[in-house]
Amino acid sequence: MEKKNLSYLDSVHRDGKIWGFTLFALILLFPIVLCVVFGTFPDWKALGLGLLGVAPMYWAVAIVEVITYVPMLGAGGAYLSFVTGNISNLKLPCALNAMEIANVKPTSEEGEIISTISIAVSSIVTTVIIIIGICLIVPLSPILNSPVLATAFEQLLPALFGGLGIVFVSKNVKLAIPPIILMLVLFIAVPALDAGMVGIMVPVGVIFTLIVARIMYKKGII
Amino acid sequence: MDFNVNHPIIFVIVALIVLVVLGQSVYFLYKALKRAKAIGMNKSVVKKTITSSATFTIAPAISILVGVISLSAALGIPLPWLRLSVVGSLSYETVAAGTTLKALGLTTGNQVTSASAFVTVAFVMTIGIMLGLILIPLLTKKIQNGMIKLENRDKRWMEIFNNAMFLGMISAFLGFVFCDVTNLFRSNEWLVANGVTRTSCLIPVCVMFTSAIVMVILGLLSKKTKQRWITDYALPISLILGMASAIPFTMWLG
Repeated sequence: MEKKNLSYLDSVHRDGKIWGFTLFALILLFPIVLCVVFGTFPDWKALGLGLLGVAPMYWAVAIVEVITYVPMLGAGGAYLSFVTGNISNLKLPCALNAMEIANVKPTSEEGEIISTISIAVSSIVTTVIIIIGICLIVPLSPILNSPVLATAFEQLLPALFGGLGIVFVSKNVKLAIPPIILMLVLFIAVPALDAGMVGIMVPVGVIFTLIVARIMYKKGII
Repeated sequence: MDFNVNHPIIFVIVALIVLVVLGQSVYFLYKALKRAKAIGMNKSVVKKTITSSATFTIAPAISILVGVISLSAALGIPLPWLRLSVVGSLSYETVAAGTTLKALGLTTGNQVTSASAFVTVAFVMTIGIMLGLILIPLLTKKIQNGMIKLENRDKRWMEIFNNAMFLGMISAFLGFVFCDVTNLFRSNEWLVANGVTRTSCLIPVCVMFTSAIVMVILGLLSKKTKQRWITDYALPISLILGMASAIPFTMWLG
């Protein structure tokens, strides 16, 4: 069993690497192909300024995200999620919910399989919905941009984490209290922390909770 | 070739890349399903995973579509389509596009007319996200092996380790829900200047509690009636009802 388990995971890693490097090359080629097709070059100054504005922060975030999300997503889930994006607002909640319903642990082979299926299905559905939306963009735009729907979609994250949060918090009340207090204090007291900063606060929350968990575990509280 | 942001050739290139990305998902889905069968996993569990994941994805996917539409004002449809189908997230792409357009002396409200400006934005968006793409094939195996070692050393700690990570992530989002509550104590001048009402900061808080309450009710209902399917759809239902509750809450508090 142990040997079989390893071989499935190994093949996931092998295929994940092949797909990962291929897609990396393909995505990097996209702007280069555009230059060739339209016979143009980027505006180097604006390119430099634009990169200076976003790259340092997003590269730092990328490093931290890889370290925090990979253990939660599982191998197959990680190879898929980091290509298709929208991890914290879609893929990870989706996988967590699926593992919860199936009652499997993320570190088991069953967990790995359920997480991969869940994230793959979620990616496929997302891609298909966006394609349908683009084909119907003319009739759909006024509906999707209507003030009523905009109001509902603005509150997607609170609605998502209210439902998901109550499940995980109620199962681990003791461990949940310290990080929730920390995050409440930070988000309320530091005005600079707003919607755009939540992605950066995820690793902070994860590292803090791990430290608290280690202390509680050593002291026998949990 | 004459350039415009919705040029058919851009559509074709983007469609090809999206197709390959879709291919990766289909490939891993097939691989996981095959493995599930080989190790004799319960068929109904696998089926449930597929249906509940698909249902759950609908609302967030539509919100991504809304993002594509909002970015398409300046960049046309294909570039936002690619950027939000591959790695991107709305908050990142909006900032990346906005920063570059500003450097070019343009705005997000007007359509980009020069090919050079367009490829500049495409380059910034692409280079901005590429680090994650390259780190994943390089590091995933190492990180996973580290987790397996940890698990072999101390199973109980590993379980807590996992729960702690999930709670850390969830707590960040719960904190974010409360990020504007200090508005309750602002001066009237400040509220007028920022165009918000005193109580609008409570809308996300009310939505979060509504969704949590719906989740609890569905959990109890499922136990009482012994209808397991309710649990399978509990998260999508509480997500949709939570979002729907934003409409009356906004009318009341906004």
